Amino acid sequence: MIGPGRRRPLRRRRLLGSALALAGVAGLGLARGRHEQARPDAARALRPPGAVPEGQFDAACVRCGLCVQACPFGSLRLAGDGAPVAIGTPFFVPRETPCAMCADLPCQRACPTGALGSPALRITDARMGLASLSRAAACYSYIGAAACNSCFKACPLRGRAITMKRGLTAAGGQLTPTVDAAVCTGCGLCEKACIASQPAITVATRRLPAGTA
Amino acid sequence: MTPRWLIARRGVQLTLLAAFAGAPWWGAPLVQGTLASSRWFGALTLSDPLVVLQAALAGHAVAAPALLGAAAVAALAAVLAGRLYCGWVCPVNLITDAVEALRRAIGWHGALLPRADRRLRRVVLAGVLLASALTGSVAWELLNPISHVVRALAFGLWGAGAVALAAVAACDLLLLRRGWCGHLCPVGAFYGLLGRFGRLHVQARRPEACTHCGDCFQTCPEPQVLAPVLQRQAIGTVIADVDCLRCGRCLDRCAENVFAWRLGAPGRSPR
Repeated sequence: MIGPGRRRPLRRRRLLGSALALAGVAGLGLARGRHEQARPDAARALRPPGAVPEGQFDAACVRCGLCVQACPFGSLRLAGDGAPVAIGTPFFVPRETPCAMCADLPCQRACPTGALGSPALRITDARMGLASLSRAAACYSYIGAAACNSCFKACPLRGRAITMKRGLTAAGGQLTPTVDAAVCTGCGLCEKACIASQPAITVATRRLPAGTA
Repeated sequence: MTPRWLIARRGVQLTLLAAFAGAPWWGAPLVQGTLASSRWFGALTLSDPLVVLQAALAGHAVAAPALLGAAAVAALAAVLAGRLYCGWVCPVNLITDAVEALRRAIGWHGALLPRADRRLRRVVLAGVLLASALTGSVAWELLNPISHVVRALAFGLWGAGAVALAAVAACDLLLLRRGWCGHLCPVGAFYGLLGRFGRLHVQARRPEACTHCGDCFQTCPEPQVLAPVLQRQAIGTVIADVDCLRCGRCLDRCAENVFAWRLGAPGRSPR
């Protein structure tokens, strides 16, 4: 039997326990949130085709991984702890596994929430990122070391997204891979194909001005 | 007595986990995704209504497949019982049950916080919904151990998965007995409320046989839900509390067979 004298401290203890436990969960949440904010290299991790703008992606993506499992080329990855994007969300790193630009968009069709845009999307209208000759000094064509056109040939929109512009470059070469920002989807196949050890042409998210990644 | 409901429950839980974990190896997909949203047999989408609600509160116009998938799960919870999810689906239940079994095996009943209010989880739930709306993100997915565990199994992301498992185990073992599932988890709180008017209950069919041995209280993960039933001693009284997991532990445990399942509106005595 619980007497009146005993009831109050019991209730107080329960309140204290509840408050401490709640503070623990809130503290964990805040710590986890701050940990997620401090991500390295976010500009180099690209979202799947059709993804809503990055600010909205945190609201739209439920981190189910269906797009990652739908990707027939294994390009998409699910972010783990320490990944450049929010944990559980999909991304790809162009130099390692670029997007193969499937015409039927299996990743986009797998997304249940609409985080990868509308089903009417055409892959050529996707804007995953933007290629740029960010390390021109590493480009064999640009410096005149060889007539390389690996990026040009790798581009699925060859002759439109990337053209090889003729003319003497500042470094003494004859050809400059030139990206048309209005056409480039940011698939990353050019960056993957670049023969320089550190790619001369790189793809970054369109959130940053081209060439800063 | 064979704990047949426990065996059935573990069978369902482990089968579901194996289905998710084996997704990369099945040629023809049985299930893909995670418990946040999954696609069964390449055709049926099921989504966690709490996750979808958070996305909507965060300001996203959620597309039809996830909405319908969440509606299907919510309907099941509303018609049967919400916390069936906790008892029969959620992988974290395996962890917290294992910790409780360990506690019993070694006779350890201590905790840093001896008591806490079990309604706390509804406060956490409110906080999660508020955080989603304020931050514009699916807030609980930062912490949700359910997602971390299923992602670890299906995608090999064991870093976060192991941390989440360890945190939940430490919570129940050291911080607060039955702390995670019984006090803090907002997912359980949400499903419980969804199933407020569900039709599947445990009822006291033979309360007159009760010897007040306390076995059911000992084994129940939410013992407070049993109190009204055993106090009233009325035949057919159902456990109407939203916190009941419908795990069937009391059915397994009671030597006098006081308890039975009941499918139907609560509060009415059977003929």
